[in-house]
Amino acid sequence: MEFAELIKTPRVDGVDLHRPFMPTVEGTLCLTGHHLILSSRQDNTEELWLLHANIDSIEKRFVGSLGTIIVKCKDLRVIQLDIPGMEECLNIASSIEALSTLDSVSLMYPFFYRPLFEVIEDGWQLFVPEEAFKDLESMTDEWRLSEVNKDFSVCPSYPSLLTVPKDIDDESLCKAASFRHGGRFPVLSYYHKKNGMVMMRAAQPLTGTNGRRCKEDEKLINATLCAGKRGYIIDTRTIAVAQQAKARGGGFEQEANYPQWRRIHKAIERSNVLQDSLIKLVEACNDQSHSMDRWLSKLEASNWQSKVKEILTTACLAAQCIDREGASVLVHGTEGTDSTLQVTSLAQIILDPACRTIRGFEVLIEREWLQAGHPFQQRCAQSAYSNGKPRSEAPVFLLFLDCVWQILRQFPCSFQFNENLLIMFFEHAYASQFGTFLGNCVAERVKLQLSQKTVSLWSWVNRPQELERFLNPLYEPNNLVIWPSVAPQSLLLWEGVFLRWNRSTKCLDEACQEMVHIIEYNKELQNKVNSLRRQLAQLETEESPLQTP
Amino acid sequence: MSKYVVEQVKLLDRFSNKSVTGTLHLTATHLIFVESNSTSAQEIWILHHHIASVEKLSLKTNGCPLLIQCRNFRLVHFVIPRERDCHDIYSSLLRLLRPVSYDELYAFSYNPKQNDQQREEGWQLIDLAAEFERMGVPCDQWQLTDVNREYKVCKTYPRDLYVPIMASKPIIVGSSKFRSKGRFPVLTYFYQEKKAAVCRCSQPLSGFSARCLEDEHMLQAISKANHNSRYIYVMDTRPKLNALANRAAGKGYENEDNYSNIRFQFVGIENIHVMRGSLQKLLEVVGTRSLSMTDYLVGLENSGWLRHIKAIMDAAIFLAKAVTVEGASVLVHCSDGWDRTAQVCALGSLLMDPYYRTIKGFMVLIEKDWISFGHKFADRCDQLDPDPKEVSPIFTQFLECVWQLTEQFPQAFEFSEWFLIQIHEHVHSCQFGNFLGNSQRQREDLQLKERTYSLWAHLLSEKQNYLNPVYSPSFAESHPVLEPSTQAYHFKFWRNMYHQYDRSMHPRQSILKHVLTLKDSNRELEGTVQALKTKLQKFSVSTSPLKPQTPPRERSLPPRPQSLILGAPLLSRKEVQQEEDEEVFGEEAMEDAPAITGGERTVEGSSATENGYGELMGSFGSKNEPGAVTLEFGVARMTC
Repeated sequence: MEFAELIKTPRVDGVDLHRPFMPTVEGTLCLTGHHLILSSRQDNTEELWLLHANIDSIEKRFVGSLGTIIVKCKDLRVIQLDIPGMEECLNIASSIEALSTLDSVSLMYPFFYRPLFEVIEDGWQLFVPEEAFKDLESMTDEWRLSEVNKDFSVCPSYPSLLTVPKDIDDESLCKAASFRHGGRFPVLSYYHKKNGMVMMRAAQPLTGTNGRRCKEDEKLINATLCAGKRGYIIDTRTIAVAQQAKARGGGFEQEANYPQWRRIHKAIERSNVLQDSLIKLVEACNDQSHSMDRWLSKLEASNWQSKVKEILTTACLAAQCIDREGASVLVHGTEGTDSTLQVTSLAQIILDPACRTIRGFEVLIEREWLQAGHPFQQRCAQSAYSNGKPRSEAPVFLLFLDCVWQILRQFPCSFQFNENLLIMFFEHAYASQFGTFLGNCVAERVKLQLSQKTVSLWSWVNRPQELERFLNPLYEPNNLVIWPSVAPQSLLLWEGVFLRWNRSTKCLDEACQEMVHIIEYNKELQNKVNSLRRQLAQLETEESPLQTP
Repeated sequence: MSKYVVEQVKLLDRFSNKSVTGTLHLTATHLIFVESNSTSAQEIWILHHHIASVEKLSLKTNGCPLLIQCRNFRLVHFVIPRERDCHDIYSSLLRLLRPVSYDELYAFSYNPKQNDQQREEGWQLIDLAAEFERMGVPCDQWQLTDVNREYKVCKTYPRDLYVPIMASKPIIVGSSKFRSKGRFPVLTYFYQEKKAAVCRCSQPLSGFSARCLEDEHMLQAISKANHNSRYIYVMDTRPKLNALANRAAGKGYENEDNYSNIRFQFVGIENIHVMRGSLQKLLEVVGTRSLSMTDYLVGLENSGWLRHIKAIMDAAIFLAKAVTVEGASVLVHCSDGWDRTAQVCALGSLLMDPYYRTIKGFMVLIEKDWISFGHKFADRCDQLDPDPKEVSPIFTQFLECVWQLTEQFPQAFEFSEWFLIQIHEHVHSCQFGNFLGNSQRQREDLQLKERTYSLWAHLLSEKQNYLNPVYSPSFAESHPVLEPSTQAYHFKFWRNMYHQYDRSMHPRQSILKHVLTLKDSNRELEGTVQALKTKLQKFSVSTSPLKPQTPPRERSLPPRPQSLILGAPLLSRKEVQQEEDEEVFGEEAMEDAPAITGGERTVEGSSATENGYGELMGSFGSKNEPGAVTLEFGVARMTC
């Protein structure tokens, strides 16, 4: 392995580790191929194990012969290492830089990680399209599972199996694919059991400036409408942006060609501006100047909360069309891999109680993000501390998680999971020992042989001992559609992520524990009452023969 | 005045296009709206005293709009079919809104069906002499003075005042003449552990050069009363510029050269006019329909509201640190010493003393630093004969500061925010006597204790509703002094206060209510377990057949109020119903959480239209021609 060449100094003694709200730890710093480790070599102090992949950027400073490296992580944590000796410090810094920016996916940690736990349930089998289709078949016979993309040639970013209207043959699908950006023709995203309405997703149609049309595409989406019914097309872009897209060969559905559809434009910005927004937000959160005006104006300038509101509003609108208007919906933006997925997955959380369970939520991420071709590797290559010019990095997934958190805050009893699960997904999307978020689409994952060579995140999360951390003690399943408020006063900054390292949560954690205690005590009492009652009933029946003749 | 009834009145939702129809009743004390022919049949009761303004808007096709703004931040918008009716209601309300004498206030007619003895007991609940005793005063350095027994030295102070042993009557009287409104330095809180005192007063009449030996002696006496520190802090809670401007009017601040061993400090809390304007701006912003995130955040910043809240908090933290860490005594003042001074002294004491974080202690704190020391509730809360320039949300800010603390220290307070909101409600309701008038003297003149009831007794009788379910008394042991973070991002917009009545803004399920219900259930179950155990024991003792008898149920709890912050009214009503119907002993207790399950449960917010993500105009079947689709949240235009 060539890691050794990159590690110029594998070990330095007498390094001080500074972290906010934690005591300074003095110990030995070690660099391995994938980790930065700091250990005080005492039994009772925790060790720091940091994945190189988690390091977003570093800064070096020197005061005399004492070097300082500020390590800024993708999970937004900032730590400081004081290293004696200028040469050691420089060596460490350049090693970290090299190791944290490895280009080749196959050198990433998931390919080297061997789980210390026994895999009981293989997470790579969490979502099986055939089985999901069986469920669908039990509700409706309007759909079929197509293998048209089995070698990923029709649409490189789609999975091999896709759910499409029954009456549309593979040949038509190919034609429709050629009319959609990246070959992403309309496919089924969600079936609303309550009224049989559906949500589909796609990429923008390639109408271009001369208004190209495609009969097969029209036929495909019309096939999802009941007789006499009409549907909504939710274009996540503003009309102006959609118009501009025409010049680059893209565009939107013209009324004349899609008379049964009504188009609604929303203003979710493209993913490339999101990165800037995240950088500004995190900078605002890390500003310790204490001035209220400065904080509020920086928070506003980051635009992050506006994006949360816009995305949630669009998802609610899609859900409203389906549940309240009884209409089917097609969602797309430009590529159909970012804002489109935010909207379709959030709409499902609102509509479908199953998505609010842990397993259901995992399946949702697997189905609507991983298999649907959200380019995780590109989007999550860098986080808020990246200095370089962003290429295709964007916190699209983090924004989605933020929106889920907002709904969770408003319906604290309707989710089986708690905030920790969302934070954990955020961490693993950016740096992980598991292979789940590697690659940009199913085709890449197959090529990388992830399911054979790496462990799935789901294999780990779904172990009972891990799940415990993610359970919401307040959960009471309900089968209702949950409509969140999207008023700015109802949307909060997600402190659990953005202020995570800037505040002490001791008091909040203890309060939370007390709440759990009250809930558990209640269960205990219920059980006690029941068992006492049973005892009493037993005694009574033992007595009763004396009375009955 | 006889009751006035108008039918077919529309109540418009503040933030969406929804409306409900019902009947409007105008009584001598309330304006009541009863929703007609609906299963939920909501009722809105608005106390006349809560109404801040009534506005008649220009006539529309469907009737005459009437806009009512309340001091508890409720805003209702009625449309009354006939203009005549609207005008009658409008002019009646205008008359009712302007009580000219105290006798017209609700407190003098309100009768909660208590006898004189109960009423008296209610007023005796809070005893400030006992409170000073609890702090350890009088002691070898501090004594009770009778100098103000007849309100002769200071009309706006209470009769009983505590001063340093060394402060003789001539010193007190001399000092009082050198202070605005005669408000000389007196003790408000004594930190026993370090023998450090928190004293309060008004600004000195120093002008550009005046001095007063008695006043200088007074400060020295305060300093000498504390052996732990060589100096005392003098906190002028005003911005320096304001204090300087006051000098031109013969007032001002202490000259450090004239007073020995003082450390003088400006704090920079703005005056009542700035605060009034700030709240007004805040309410304008958050009252906007279809408010964008940008406008909200910019508006929040421009209103300055959170900046002011933080300034008060910063001052209180400074005070608490000086006393508890340095062991120094602190003298706090502003101009008159009844607004900013009350905020800082009360909040500082709350940071230092866990007692004030309990329900009873919080009442004592308000009684001491606000009511007895003469915060002008009548003027600030616009109770009577309003002078708009005197109105200011000073007390509201104090309550908000406390709320901000509860957010940082969820286990430190015995009460929940619901308690704070109820207090705020009654400061303006004029239903109880506590907050009427501007000073103790005036309250005595009004014979409030004989003629009205005390809010504290009322709140204590409903204590169960105001408890913080995760409160931990042991928290006080590990955190006797609260040290909140003053990072700007810890200060949040208090939605449950300023949008208390705006249903669509609230989280749809309330953790507070859920956990409170569980705690009640735990208490009940503990009783059941005990009863069952007794029963089992009887079985083992006697073999005589026991008729299954229902053990006495635990003391029944007052029903949960139907507050939006405690969850949906619909749900809570149903649950209360269910709790009553359910025979606790008859059947197996539910295995899991006691909350009600079942198909027809409602979750607040289970209606999409309530939220207005965009109302889709027209249903699809009827509208054929493609037209513009207007959506409240983002406009969709059909082009081409």
